[in-house]
Amino acid sequence: MTNRITRAMGFPLVWWALAATGPDLVAQSSPPVRVDGSSTVYPVTEAVAEEFQRANPGTRVVVGISGTGGGFKKFCRGEIDICDASRPILASEMEQCSTAGIEYIELPIAFDALTVVVHPSNDWVKEMTVADLRTIWAPEAQAKITTWRQVRPSWPDRPLKLYGPGADSGTFDYFTEAIMGKAKSSRGDYTASEDDNVLVQGVAGDRDALGYFGFAYFAENRNRLRAVPIVDPAGKPQAPTEENVMSGAYAPLSRPIFMYVNKSSLKRPEVRRFAEFYLTKGSELVREVRYIPLPPDAYAKGLARLRAGEVGTAFGGHAETGLHIDELFNRTLRTTPAPPPAPETKPDSPKER
Amino acid sequence: MHASGSWRRWRARMMDLVFLVGGALILFGALGVLFLLAGNLIADGLGRIAPGFFTSFPSRHPERAGIKSALVGSVLVMLVTICTALPIGVAAGLYLEEYARRNWLTTIIEVNIANLAGVPSIVWGLMALGLFVYQFHLGRSILTAGLTLGLLVLPIVIVATRESVRAVPQTIREASYACGASRWQTVIHHVLPYSLSGILTGAIIAVSRALGETAPLVTIGALTYIAFLPPSPVTASPPFVSFEWLHSEFTVLPIQIFNWVSRPDTRFHRNAAAASLVLLALTLLMNGTAIALRYRLRRGLQW
Repeated sequence: MTNRITRAMGFPLVWWALAATGPDLVAQSSPPVRVDGSSTVYPVTEAVAEEFQRANPGTRVVVGISGTGGGFKKFCRGEIDICDASRPILASEMEQCSTAGIEYIELPIAFDALTVVVHPSNDWVKEMTVADLRTIWAPEAQAKITTWRQVRPSWPDRPLKLYGPGADSGTFDYFTEAIMGKAKSSRGDYTASEDDNVLVQGVAGDRDALGYFGFAYFAENRNRLRAVPIVDPAGKPQAPTEENVMSGAYAPLSRPIFMYVNKSSLKRPEVRRFAEFYLTKGSELVREVRYIPLPPDAYAKGLARLRAGEVGTAFGGHAETGLHIDELFNRTLRTTPAPPPAPETKPDSPKER
Repeated sequence: MHASGSWRRWRARMMDLVFLVGGALILFGALGVLFLLAGNLIADGLGRIAPGFFTSFPSRHPERAGIKSALVGSVLVMLVTICTALPIGVAAGLYLEEYARRNWLTTIIEVNIANLAGVPSIVWGLMALGLFVYQFHLGRSILTAGLTLGLLVLPIVIVATRESVRAVPQTIREASYACGASRWQTVIHHVLPYSLSGILTGAIIAVSRALGETAPLVTIGALTYIAFLPPSPVTASPPFVSFEWLHSEFTVLPIQIFNWVSRPDTRFHRNAAAASLVLLALTLLMNGTAIALRYRLRRGLQW
């Protein structure tokens, strides 16, 4: 009786699974190239993995989304070969990695430009300064700054409706760090969602709305949203365009995204080939998935760093915003956390330059 | 006297009517929402349901992307879940109903089972990460996933088994004993077959629940992009079966759906709708199978 039931219940599906498995037998000897980490970096890695496997039949790449923090946890346990990260490695993660004897090569792979957006029929906002954004998003603004006029007297007396990512998002961390100077420092009375598409819907459907999210979500919805140019330190408004982000003019809201490669994994030829493929063929694919590629020489420098096996991070284990991409390659790499940066002072030891 | 009696009857009838209308409204409301959602999914996703959708791996091109690895992963994980949760759950239910003495130990077990049914799935995921992945070194594999979901739905199977075993009339057991059957023979020849339809319903509910779970699988390390299938369970050389697939990496349908929904490119959202339709169809198919089986099993029953 039980026999009959299992057969009737499970077997059509099982056979389908068996039949589907059959033709795809590949050499099972070597483990796949394992990538995990940030969901922000995921679309780029997915595209690269797809093309890499097409170009190298028989090689296998798997990509997970554990978030940057979850990715580093696995990375420092030696479970994965490459960690996708939307922020540089933190001091605690550097310590975990060095305790486990994991050496890593830090490679910037693209830019993500946090984009401040308004409704297309919003005709009063021509540009915004970082100070404007601070007025709007500061924790003190909660329940106080509720109309556009309160931000700038020349703007109309209309309600200000805010949309932004939830507190678990890396985008939120970066935005608050860049605008307020302190991660996670933000007012709480705005429409928050971990799903950026919800934010797109919200801003696209409300003339009084203001929101921010990653560039790709704006790029896919250009007909429904308008990006607000951000005034740079020289006083010039800069729109989030490819040129402005690449040249570093769109500051401080553009950030590099990274991959961290386990140095000992590079002994496996498929991992090395995948990482090199990422840096050579990546820039086209980056554009295709609506991120902004690094300037060409940055990829060349990354490739050189990979080939030379230079381990360490250009950051001291602390969040930094508004860095120029050349900075990332000119600094001395560190493998131990730097002391927390003293505000407004230049690095004191010469090897930091 | 007479008047108050008819008043009472009239009131009772009114209550009946109110209850009927209220119940019907709620039922149709719920069904309406369900159909609305399903209709929405169909409108969005039906265009993507094509053979290519089932035979393609994930891709950055929405039109080229498919659910091959996710569907195979889901089916294989469910296979492990069924193979673990069903025998253990049914055995536990039978033991508690037919064998166990009523004492403080069984009371504790019962309370715990009831509590376990309410544990959030993410907690199961964390438990599995600590136990299966880090302690038993089973890896972030199909086996781990299947066992995790098996544990997750075990309480459902146990409770369903106990309910349907309890529904078997005591006279059946007594008749069996009167014919000289042992307790084991009574259970295996009478109690189990008669309660099978109820057990089956419970099992299907359990699997339907497991099929939609994402959180515990993400916790134990299910992947998102995987463009190859697990090793085949059948091999060309003896012994012709291989269990290597148990140790393979995997992804499942809900994870793929979630990933597609959160993509900026709206064409991926259609893929998500299509994959949701497949998941819905899979659940309906299983429910349908259960109903058909139950019908057939009941037909053979005569008390």
